[in-house]
Amino acid sequence: MNPHFPPGPPPYPLGAPLVRREGREKVTGTARYAAEHTPPACAYAWPVPATVARGRVTAVDTAAALTLPGVCAVLTHENAPRLATADDPTLLVLQEDRVPHRGWYVALAVADSLEAARAAADAVRVSYATEEHDVELTTGHPRLYEPETVNGGYPATRERGDFDGAFADAPVTVDALYTVPPLHNHPMEPHAATAWWSDGHLTVHDASQGSTKVCEDLAALFKLEKSDVTVVSEHVGGGFGSKGTTRPQAVLAAMAARHTGRPVKLSLPRREMPAVVGHRAPTLQRVRLGAGRDGVLTALAHESVTHTSTVTEFVEQAAVPGRVMYTSPNSRTTHRVVPLDVPTPSWMRAPGEAPGMYALESALDELAVALDLDPVELRMRNEPDTEPDSDRAFSSRHLVGCLREGAERFGWQPRDPRPGVRREGRLLLGTGVASATYPVLIAASAAEAHATADGGFRIRINATDIGTGARTALAQVAAAALGVPEERVGMEIGSSDLPPAMLAGGSAGMGSWGWAVHKACTALRARLRDHVGPLPADGFTVTADTRQETSERSPYSRHSFGATFAEVQVDTVTGEVRVRRLTGVYAAGRILNPRTARSQFTGGMTMGLGMALMEGSSLDPAFGDFAERDLASYHVPACADVPWIEAHWLDEDDPHLNPMGSKGIGEIGIVGTAAAIGNAVWHATGARLRDLPLTPDKVLPYL
Amino acid sequence: MEPTNQPAAEQRSALVLHINGTPQRLTLDHRTTLLDVLREHLGLIGAKKGCDHGQCGACTVLVDGRRANSCLLLAVAQEERQITTVEGLAEGERLHPLQEAFLERDALQCGYCTPGQICSAVGMLREVADGFPSHVTPATADPTVPVELSTDEIRERMSGNLCRCGAYPRIVEAVEDVAAAGADGHPAGAAGRPGQGVA
Ligand code: FES
Ligand code: FES
Repeated sequence: MNPHFPPGPPPYPLGAPLVRREGREKVTGTARYAAEHTPPACAYAWPVPATVARGRVTAVDTAAALTLPGVCAVLTHENAPRLATADDPTLLVLQEDRVPHRGWYVALAVADSLEAARAAADAVRVSYATEEHDVELTTGHPRLYEPETVNGGYPATRERGDFDGAFADAPVTVDALYTVPPLHNHPMEPHAATAWWSDGHLTVHDASQGSTKVCEDLAALFKLEKSDVTVVSEHVGGGFGSKGTTRPQAVLAAMAARHTGRPVKLSLPRREMPAVVGHRAPTLQRVRLGAGRDGVLTALAHESVTHTSTVTEFVEQAAVPGRVMYTSPNSRTTHRVVPLDVPTPSWMRAPGEAPGMYALESALDELAVALDLDPVELRMRNEPDTEPDSDRAFSSRHLVGCLREGAERFGWQPRDPRPGVRREGRLLLGTGVASATYPVLIAASAAEAHATADGGFRIRINATDIGTGARTALAQVAAAALGVPEERVGMEIGSSDLPPAMLAGGSAGMGSWGWAVHKACTALRARLRDHVGPLPADGFTVTADTRQETSERSPYSRHSFGATFAEVQVDTVTGEVRVRRLTGVYAAGRILNPRTARSQFTGGMTMGLGMALMEGSSLDPAFGDFAERDLASYHVPACADVPWIEAHWLDEDDPHLNPMGSKGIGEIGIVGTAAAIGNAVWHATGARLRDLPLTPDKVLPYL
Repeated sequence: MEPTNQPAAEQRSALVLHINGTPQRLTLDHRTTLLDVLREHLGLIGAKKGCDHGQCGACTVLVDGRRANSCLLLAVAQEERQITTVEGLAEGERLHPLQEAFLERDALQCGYCTPGQICSAVGMLREVADGFPSHVTPATADPTVPVELSTDEIRERMSGNLCRCGAYPRIVEAVEDVAAAGADGHPAGAAGRPGQGVA
């Protein structure tokens, strides 16, 4: 029994597989997303993207657009409302003539209807002075530099011991370069915002993973008090990181609403999203492993090269997981980055871990082959006692348990380690394994718990449910902390008018929000216990925040761990790789709602399958910007691509996290999956492919 | 709401669309898609816009009982058709068996693809009943009898509806539940019981 919660009357809701609270609205089509608000006199906006890869706008001819019926305005850098500076310069849209990359917005048409707005955007003529551009990432790019920190605030470089010496002395080594192309988040709901001004107050319905930050950013940009801005993100159609920071649609809609004096709705066209909502930056990762004949690592180097834009620095932290995963007395993990004339990269599900663990776990598999050792066993032999980088104890680490349980469930053994020997007609079959990890992050949040006079409860917190089931799990936390049935707890989330809270990102949502909800509910429960007689008519309200608790750095290294097992078939005639089975086992603290948690895990694994087999974008050297921008050219997994996928978890009791004992689960499913599939492709074919995705054109030459 | 400033007379038409059994008298810009009519003119937000290009299936509705991407249909061409959207599937408070099954199986996460998935599944079950073959249907199958609905058939037939949240395995289970329960999947008067005995 968790000591932070009162012993519950059955059914004790924490850990119960409750159905999503908003599920009925979603299956009946009544859940309202950001673009589904149409206030009276609402106008529609349509953006105009730059058609050069670098340069300056020399003229914007809006005359033809403005004569079209129903068009009310065209905003350009010459007439758009002026914005104050922002910490994220990608938000400073229509402020100056500079074009940092193709697809950067240079104008915005506003009209009475969607059709008129689109026609007007088409009719805007923009002239440019173009400049030479460079969008090609190479390991030897002359402008590569070492940043101070990488995403997540980690130092760019860490060295321990003497890597070069240990690697030179190691009897068994691997030295390989792995490449991950640019990847696009492509949530099914495009980024959208509906904005209006009323008596100086700005209201925006925004497709965002956290409207507290969007509210703060809009207030800063438009020089307002935060209390003059309301941002609502009640239902959000996925984000996967791309809605984790404020995005241009919110700024553009607010600008257009101010300029026209009308509510304005803006939904970004799908094919324009890759240029303006962030992407996973490509990484070129060199991994070197040195080991003794027993398989124990003596040297580990992970060196990642990536790009950022000229607008702002974002460095995908691909080499960071090597600091956590395995015994490595001599280690070097580095990042170098080059600013190119490309769209600005940002968060995509498990930034750092997803591409980094692809490389590291592929290299481990290569080492296992070189040692003639089972890859599960190799990983177990490199289990560290403490986190290698910091020497801190793990708050809990059950990687070995995940590998064991996964191997058991998957039927890993007996396994013939030889590649290319399992045939079924024209198919070659193989199995592969990889580990997964994701850090436990937590951020200060505030919550309000209210007891009504008639025995109900209402919890208010600006959490966001982007499809995780947060609304439901938070109600479970509240009910458990209050010791009341879950049906009596009402939840209000998804508005910046609520107590401010962490965004839904970094797998940190539930831990951060749940802690604040637990604290408010625990205080409310104490207050109710001390109260004699009926409640006052307006009930009791308690607010709490976790600034204090979350400001203390944990003395522990805190991570989720997992193991993914894959079986693939490779068609020797077409080169097509198909996944037959995926089994994931995770140790992620306490699972608060197994029904929604399972969907998080398998959803992440599915995105990992996409990363392995079909997802990949490329920068067009001649034109700049991505070549694969829409869902016809950027392939995400479809139903037929996704066979048997199962996710399981260990009962993990970790007292060093938060009152619920939960770790985040939204991202770890994507980590390791691509490596497990790639390793299985080697086992099937004997071809070691190190360049994702493993499309038929890459596979076929080896068959 | 209606646009405040109508397109020029030669660019618009007055017409009647039959949506969920209700005739809707509208004056529409010829460029307006069925999807935009539903979402922007009629307040029927269930059909979603994921791509506007026929690439994702989020906008799937039933047109005369057959599934279609409403983003690819010009509204002015739909006058004689019966359009059914996700809002037209439930009977009052009683959900369509597929809606029940999606809830029960957690066949959704963000929910943005969900109305399209459900409409698509309704149409798909009818196609199966009508003997329409798919890519995975054995070439020897008799086209005059219902197709045997294997898991592979469901996966293949539901592949026009993308789900970035990756709810596919649960979606397949939800469809299987309904098929097994004997619901015919028809939008109106579905005879079947809600998916029962699901884990
Ligand atoms: S919105 Fe119609 S298929 Fe994507
Ligand atoms: S539930 Fe989010 S896209 Fe399908």
